[in-house]
Amino acid sequence: MIVADRKSLQEILAMVADKKKILIAGCKGCVTVCNVGGLKEVEILAASMKIARKKDGNDIEIDVKVLERQCDTEYVAGISDVVGNYEAVISLACGVGPQFLSEMYRDQTFFPGVNTTFFGGATKHGVWEERCAGCGTCAIHNFGGLCPIARCAKSLMNGPCGGSSKGVCEVNKDTECIWDSIVKKKMESGRLEDLIGVKGIKSWKTARDGGPRKSIREELIQGNI
Amino acid sequence: MRLSYPADIKIIQVPCTGRVDILHLLNAIEDGADGVYVAGCLEGECHYISGNLKARKKVAYVKKTLTEIGIEPERVEMFNLSSAQGARFAEIAREMVGRIRQLGPSPIRKKNHAA
Repeated sequence: MIVADRKSLQEILAMVADKKKILIAGCKGCVTVCNVGGLKEVEILAASMKIARKKDGNDIEIDVKVLERQCDTEYVAGISDVVGNYEAVISLACGVGPQFLSEMYRDQTFFPGVNTTFFGGATKHGVWEERCAGCGTCAIHNFGGLCPIARCAKSLMNGPCGGSSKGVCEVNKDTECIWDSIVKKKMESGRLEDLIGVKGIKSWKTARDGGPRKSIREELIQGNI
Repeated sequence: MRLSYPADIKIIQVPCTGRVDILHLLNAIEDGADGVYVAGCLEGECHYISGNLKARKKVAYVKKTLTEIGIEPERVEMFNLSSAQGARFAEIAREMVGRIRQLGPSPIRKKNHAA
């Protein structure tokens, strides 16, 4: 899923300091799963903001709405009848949400309430870790199912590098050296020879370096499936 | 026992403090309560195993949020006592009311009164 962290209350309050009536829009997708932009989090943010504004003697009216997803125009269209009733909208979806909203409702102002961080998963309750860099050419099968592009600080295709010490990356003592894990996993399964061949230079054309990407599925566009 | 405790307290009964939500506490503050406390069972003696432990964490979350807003976190508190400790219940009520009296009215109500 896409993982995000909520912006601080003070930062969000500052964004709408001059507004009197706003909407907070959550999303039932990834940000609900990573506990940052679902119904619960939207309501908590609304209550916290109302308390803060009341304390300053500057009440604010806040409505909340949680969209099925903010990354699909059909769901974004679901707030067309109410979106004009507000001075601003705070979106607690990933960075995609406020953009889809801004593109559809051109006269409204949308603020991002979260910082979108990475594609990852929960390794335990409350802890999310990056697993995918969205490079566009998946090759994790070559590395024991562990991605060195996303999980190695240098995105090395051949590793580990000299900065690996006792399974830890030199960049951060809390970061495992994924190449150490890849080698160990291959040794455990008796397939270390898989790593002997030098992996060629990775083409980054499919990654972000080639500019914004688009995925086109003709069969869906034509409505055949 | 017929113990008396301050009449300032409005009691809201829940089956277990595990039912208490962050939003209940925030909404009480938002609506002008000067303070809110949760009276749960003794730790380790929750009938539902961990309801009171969860409530404590929720109270801690609300305290953190109030601090961020600039409201005294002491206005929200978690207490643990058994249903057999009537005297302790009255003592906690007095303690909390005393604490709130020292802090004064909620800054939210003060602003509204001024307006």
